[in-house]
Amino acid sequence: MMPYFSGKFGNPSNLHDIGREAKDAVEEARAKTAALIGANPGEIFFTASGAESNNFALKGLAQANSQKGKHIIVSQIEHFSVLHPVKSLDKSGFFVTYLPTDREGLVNPADVEAAITKDTVLVSIMHANNEIGTIQQIEEISKITKEKGVLFHTDAVATTGWIPVNVQTLGVDALSLSGHQFYGPKGAAALYVRKGVRIKPQLEGGIQEEGRRAGTENVPAIVGLGKASELAAAEVGNRMNYLAPLRDRLQKGLLDKIEHVVINGHPTRRLPHNLNVSMWYVEGESMLLFLNMEGISVSSGSACTSRSLKSSHVLTCIGTDAAVANGTLLLTLGMGNSADDIEYVIEKLPPIVQRLREMSPLYEDMIKKEKVR
Amino acid sequence: MEQYSSKVMDHFAHPHNVGEIENADGVGTVGNPVCGDVMRLYIRVENNIITDAKFKTFGCGAAIATSSMVTDLVKGKSIDEALKISNAAVAEALGGLPKVKMHCSVLAEEALKSALDDYYKKQGKQSPVKMPAESGHEHEME
Repeated sequence: MMPYFSGKFGNPSNLHDIGREAKDAVEEARAKTAALIGANPGEIFFTASGAESNNFALKGLAQANSQKGKHIIVSQIEHFSVLHPVKSLDKSGFFVTYLPTDREGLVNPADVEAAITKDTVLVSIMHANNEIGTIQQIEEISKITKEKGVLFHTDAVATTGWIPVNVQTLGVDALSLSGHQFYGPKGAAALYVRKGVRIKPQLEGGIQEEGRRAGTENVPAIVGLGKASELAAAEVGNRMNYLAPLRDRLQKGLLDKIEHVVINGHPTRRLPHNLNVSMWYVEGESMLLFLNMEGISVSSGSACTSRSLKSSHVLTCIGTDAAVANGTLLLTLGMGNSADDIEYVIEKLPPIVQRLREMSPLYEDMIKKEKVR
Repeated sequence: MEQYSSKVMDHFAHPHNVGEIENADGVGTVGNPVCGDVMRLYIRVENNIITDAKFKTFGCGAAIATSSMVTDLVKGKSIDEALKISNAAVAEALGGLPKVKMHCSVLAEEALKSALDDYYKKQGKQSPVKMPAESGHEHEME
């Protein structure tokens, strides 16, 4: 990747040698990215981010195929880069069905089938949820969409590189992935679009990406995405085998040491490196800040941490109590984490929770109630 | 989000006056767990002077820091002086708060006013306390 920032600076659209060199590098990356997900290189369109891939998929597929119908089906727990484009589509003549999930975050394929009408043009259900890690039954859903002749897109940004992702097995017509989610650089992502499926460009005015996505390619980042794809293809099995036991140990350690805890997501259909846990009577950001002081980086994807002060729409959808949703931490593991790191978190987090509970009026009220009982 | 000031981080990591006051002269609880902040403030009043203040707070770093600061500010003050403590004074004493966290200082002011209101009621006196009209804790959609 690094040489393409300086020495090999060519523009892939130029015909001279340095342009050719850059073009070859982009095409090599395309082949590697395609190989990771079982696609043909011609079915891969590079974008700048997972959000762009999702926008491109939802708007591009809906608009290019609107002569068939104007109805779109998504789940309520999609990433905002799916939910917001469909909201825009909803305002421009399309209409959208938002499917609920069960308490473990699973969309019922039968609900998808029941929601499809003769006007349905596109279904988009994410492969796995980025917050709670629940892996959807994409194969079952794609059987239904194929039978009904409806396009099916999946947002695989959270799964690519961490569990096997194969467009043939999944049976999808389009799939989003993002390089920086699996050790690639920021600034390069891709949308897979099955050969023969029509998609309307959202960036116009250039010949790049077969005219589907105008704009000079981010060559270094794309080369990096190609390399990350090559590594992921070789290592995904090892990653799962390494990370799932670490995550299970972390979950058990926290459950053993902390009372009044809820594990969010599905017990088995889940990402190997994801642990989403809600703790009663404490707030997420204050846990995050104390963990950060101990050198532990986590996310608290809930109220008062973001500008909107709004609880996670995913936790709301799975029926998490709004009060406990505020005490949620997302612990994401990576290949750089060791068993010692896990033990360190198990040692550090419980006293932080206890300390915060001791200053929590909600905890005080709960203890007083228990005494009365 | 903007970063917290070092003073906010100090009051968050080492909060002053955490705890309860038994048989307090005034107790106020404000906020809502769904919004992510609940503050409970206890005061001890002797001869019209607030001689002690303690708090318990469920909330983010700023909520804990503003609780700590407002209890510091109120100690040794007369009731009349305490009634004049504003959210802006709490935020300023902390070296400022990120814009999205200003509502935590409003909550601290509300907790204090609520405790003072409770004090008046316990004394059987007419309460002059006016709760701030604007809580600042708006819930925008997405």
